[in-house]
Amino acid sequence: MKDLYQGQRAMRNMRRQAMQRGVIAVLDIGTSKIACLVLQFDGPSQFRETDGVGPMAGQSNFRVIGTATTRARGMRYGEIETMAETERAIRTVIQSAQKVAGVRVDHVIACISGARPASYGLAGEIVLPAGKVGEGDVARVLAACEVPDFGRGREVLHAQPVNFALDGRSGLSDPRDQSGSRLACDMHVLTIDGDAASNLVHCIRRCDMELAGVASASYASGLAALVEDEQELGAACIDLGGGTTGVSVFIKKHMIFADAVRFGGELITQDIAKGLRVSHAVAERLKTLHGGLEATGRDDREMIELGGETGDWDTDRRSVSRADLIGIMRPRVEEILEKVGEILGAAGFDCMPSRQIVLTGGGSQIPGLDALAARMLGQNVRIGRPLRIQGLPHNATAPGFSSAIGLALLTAHPQDEWWDFDMPAEHYPARSLRRAYRWFRNNW
Amino acid sequence: MQGLNPFHRGQGPGGRPAPVRPAPARPAPVAPRTPRKDPAPSRLAYRLNRMMLRPLVRRLVHVGLPAFLAALVAGIWLSDDTRRANLTGGIDAIVDRIQHRDEFMVRMMTIEGASPAVDKGLRAMLPVDLPASSFDIDLEKLRERVLKLDAVEAVDLRIKPGGVLSAVVTERVPALLWRHARGIELLDKTGHRVASVTGREVRGDLPIVAGEGADRAAAEALALIDAAGPILPRLRGLERMGERRWDVVLDRGQRIKLPEDKALQALERAIALDRALHMLDRDLSVVDLRQEARPVVRLGLEAQNAIRRARGQPELGADGLPLPPDAAAGATAGKAAKTARKSG
Repeated sequence: MKDLYQGQRAMRNMRRQAMQRGVIAVLDIGTSKIACLVLQFDGPSQFRETDGVGPMAGQSNFRVIGTATTRARGMRYGEIETMAETERAIRTVIQSAQKVAGVRVDHVIACISGARPASYGLAGEIVLPAGKVGEGDVARVLAACEVPDFGRGREVLHAQPVNFALDGRSGLSDPRDQSGSRLACDMHVLTIDGDAASNLVHCIRRCDMELAGVASASYASGLAALVEDEQELGAACIDLGGGTTGVSVFIKKHMIFADAVRFGGELITQDIAKGLRVSHAVAERLKTLHGGLEATGRDDREMIELGGETGDWDTDRRSVSRADLIGIMRPRVEEILEKVGEILGAAGFDCMPSRQIVLTGGGSQIPGLDALAARMLGQNVRIGRPLRIQGLPHNATAPGFSSAIGLALLTAHPQDEWWDFDMPAEHYPARSLRRAYRWFRNNW
Repeated sequence: MQGLNPFHRGQGPGGRPAPVRPAPARPAPVAPRTPRKDPAPSRLAYRLNRMMLRPLVRRLVHVGLPAFLAALVAGIWLSDDTRRANLTGGIDAIVDRIQHRDEFMVRMMTIEGASPAVDKGLRAMLPVDLPASSFDIDLEKLRERVLKLDAVEAVDLRIKPGGVLSAVVTERVPALLWRHARGIELLDKTGHRVASVTGREVRGDLPIVAGEGADRAAAEALALIDAAGPILPRLRGLERMGERRWDVVLDRGQRIKLPEDKALQALERAIALDRALHMLDRDLSVVDLRQEARPVVRLGLEAQNAIRRARGQPELGADGLPLPPDAAAGATAGKAAKTARKSG
């Protein structure tokens, strides 16, 4: 894990450089669209208390100065399939965001939605010789977590200390300077497919950008869509994206679980295209304009012109009732939600004190989804729109932008990760210690 | 074979022609529109775009490059001598044409308040021949040059509408004659030179002063002469001594030495003494008033000799030394008479 440590530290340094320069881009590479926000950090003293603007959940120190969206290309299931096409899409979106912002951006923080995420909960425990938790002890207990076998070609995306326990007192968020004899910690580690991650890194490098961080899209959309109380009391965020459906579970303001289903809105579009024998574009239009999940009697009478440009008059002039469309969409959405339910069951979501479920992402805009989800997943279901951040244009406030906005929030307030703590001294390479020892012996 | 082709049943060998059926109106076939390719900048365009977003590069391209190109084109165009000459010639011609319009021409010069000599000098000073453009006449410089003439105190130069260069001259009024080592000059009341004269007789009406630095104290000299009322007929002139104080020179070789300051009061005191005691009618050669508290009088030679004779001492000669006792009487009388004549 030393390479990972060094790599993530390098990204943290890059992020610090970007914050000093004041401009950083946030890139959400999804399956159906790529969004880019250019953030400007202009210090915490932009507003005063007398202006009537409070800390605004810590997001008053940056603002969005450029936004751009483009259709994603070469992506499938949240992973890069055709690298050249994805690179072109990233170039397009970054160039248009730079044009809107009017500044050059060199640092980018990206999120990855697919790549088969896997969550692990690790636990570690150390004895405190000093009887008190020092600065180095936190890093030591994090390093003491026993690491399971992640499997071949897996990369650690997040490694966040979630909970500290000191002599049986659990639930501490900051154990420093507290006295005790045994310090234990729980760490949440999210791993993803290494090849997908390196593809993403390579793609961004080819666009002449420096990668200043990578985050999981389900984590980022949870940050944006869940309000503070939900993060504190326990909630699950379900991000219905184009190619994947991300699930993240939060409690005590920490992510404790994340996963993704490889089903998404594209699949619904494909079902409509196959079922009604229309082109993909027509199916997408039907889904967004007329789609729904709860059929009523009125929907039988509401006829939808299919349209199309096949050139065959009879084919292009067909019409279907809305109930037919709902009949195609509903089973697929039910299947997606079933998978989500399985994941939540595997995560032990039923044992959480508050089983709030927040649906976000572009797919959450299907009418009737909240009723269906309430029937399938639990009663506390709401559709979540992302938080408002300063300078965001109105057309980027839709639920489909929640992972981009969450990434912006994460950039402004990064979560402590394992690599943010100084590595314990015994992890330094032995060679340099030996060299230092030799230097001392020769000179004193 | 009969019956195999049912369509020809019951028809003649020629057959009936197929009826003409109008084709139904159909929409013209639409060429399938190729879906627009997703636009994306090429790598080169992307890199150029990002380069242009650097502030330095952007400023260089937006400001530096056009300026450089303009300078380059102008430089290449001007590198040819003929073109440069044409350009400067053209500009000069335009400037010349505008400056020599009728409205800007000066045809006449009028001079007011100048004596003929000054008038002649002023006309000679005009740098151009009339008629000339008013742009060629630098009034400020001309005024400075005119003011260098000693006889001119002030001059008001202006170009009036109608092409008239008008000069209103105020001349200096001579108030004193100043005799110095280099000749005789006329001074005005501030001591400024007005003109040189050949002799005293040219302006007999003016008082005369002498000595180095007399021109700088001309105002004081005029005040002294004004105050000299009763002794004015006897006044020959004032002499500046050591560039710091005045001597009043009267006829018969008499001199009143005035102090450096309060000279006017000292002179008035001497006049008062004269009026009361007829001091200046007596045989005095010098009245020294330089020390206010102790006026000193030097007797003339006659008076000294009279005193010496009465005391039985040897008489003094004209050089102030005692005469040898044998050559005394006759010579003394002759010399005294001669001295008196000289000082008169």
